Amino acid sequence: MAVLSVKDIKKTFNHENVVLDGIDLTVEKGDVVAILGPSGGGKTTLLRCINFLETADDGTIEFDNNIYSFKDITKKEIANIRKNTAFVFQNYNLFLNKTALENVTEGLIIARGMDKKEAISKGKKMLEKVGLLDRCDYYPNQLSGGQQQRVAIARALATDPEIIYFDEPTSALDPELTGEVLSVMRQLADEGMTMIVVTHELGFAKMCANHVMFMENGKVVESADSKEFFENPKSDRTKAFIKAISTK
Amino acid sequence: MDARLLDILIQSFPKILLPGIMVTIPLTVLAFAIGLVIAVVTALICFAEVPILKWIARFYIWVIRGTPLLVQLFVVFYGLPSVGILIEPFPCAVMVFAINEGAYAAETLRGTLEAVPHGQLEAGLCVGMSWWQIMRRIVLPQAFRTAFPALGNELISMVKDTSLAANITVTEMFMKTQRIVAVYYEPLALYIEVGIVYLLFSTVLSYFERYGEKRLATYGKR
Ligand SMILES: Nc1ncnc2c1ncn2[C@@H]1O[C@H](COP(=O)(O)OP(=O)(O)OP(=O)(O)O)[C@@H](O)[C@H]1O
Ligand SMILES: [Mg+2]
Repeated sequence: MAVLSVKDIKKTFNHENVVLDGIDLTVEKGDVVAILGPSGGGKTTLLRCINFLETADDGTIEFDNNIYSFKDITKKEIANIRKNTAFVFQNYNLFLNKTALENVTEGLIIARGMDKKEAISKGKKMLEKVGLLDRCDYYPNQLSGGQQQRVAIARALATDPEIIYFDEPTSALDPELTGEVLSVMRQLADEGMTMIVVTHELGFAKMCANHVMFMENGKVVESADSKEFFENPKSDRTKAFIKAISTK
Repeated sequence: MDARLLDILIQSFPKILLPGIMVTIPLTVLAFAIGLVIAVVTALICFAEVPILKWIARFYIWVIRGTPLLVQLFVVFYGLPSVGILIEPFPCAVMVFAINEGAYAAETLRGTLEAVPHGQLEAGLCVGMSWWQIMRRIVLPQAFRTAFPALGNELISMVKDTSLAANITVTEMFMKTQRIVAVYYEPLALYIEVGIVYLLFSTVLSYFERYGEKRLATYGKR
């Protein structure tokens, strides 16, 4: 069953910069979809439009068996979809005035009205999962980048989302810190979490993704099963990109 | 210093201090508190770029910051009665000071609101919080934390500015001093004396300000 299905999504900035030029994307339950592509290709914009941080100009989105058009979806419908999805940002975006634990519980207590005790016990469980239970009471400013990103993942997990969007979760990290974040993500993939991951980490895409989408200039160049994509890419553009990025 | 002058100074000290405690401080506290409420609303309107209201907010800030406080006091106290609006001196002073402070603090807060890293707002939306919940719990606390020293300064200026209320017949410390001067005719000594009382008030306030700043959460920032 498809968790999410986006059809013909379009986005133009400033009336002339076509950033998404009709993209289709369907994600089944348990899928890990990796989105690859050169800088400026529209990957971030795609994720932001799907979660309504940016308003797409055209297209439809199917979520929880309801189909909405991007043009006339209501605020309430957006809020409902957001309560069942989560977003992990490139630069973490943790709440700086909240501790690690509070970052995780905020969405539970404030947005979902969960009982405080219950939220705290759940928050601790999530922090434990990302290996940061001992950093519960630390503020983001007291954590390394890798730790902050793991808190952000715990925050995303806590709300029991049906799907998590990751936008280059390791790009802002020093190379020696990417491993700890990727291993948490690998663990999620193994547990069957549904995810869309924009990434430049070919290794991660190869190992964890079951589907890969390569996009450039707002269009899908190639979209295929992971094995197929890496072993037998159809388009020359894909071949060149894989080559360029793996020799980097 | 001769004994008569010393006697005058000692006798008038409580007479000056009393309206300080009964009028100057309540006037400052009330006006500052109301001013802060006005400032939060105004700053949020500017920050969220609410259509139409944002123009009203900017106009308000522009007018208030661009005209002297004394003129504002006169317009409201001596001017408005001619169109049938009569306000008692003390409430009038509270109102004008609050409106004045509101404009300055709104500018301060607007600046610190914009300095809060924007991604936190988006992160809040993504975990399902409403705009207002994010403002209240995430963005405003950080904006206030950054604005604290500037707001403290504004409070201290306000204590001193309340002396202007003497011009609209509010019997605060300065007006009281003027009256004592009229009786004893010792302007130099008495005006210095009231100056010292203001200094006392602002010193206590800056002490609180510094203490508060030390005690306030720094969210782990060094
Ligand atoms: N808010 C915006 N206003 C105007 N143009 C924008 C905005 N956001 C993105 N763009 C433009 O959209 C294009 C695609 O940007 P996007 O961030 O989606 O690319 P990306 O694939 O995520 O790139 P990267 O790999 O560098 O993150 C770029 O040309 C960018 O300048
Ligand atoms: Mg991007």
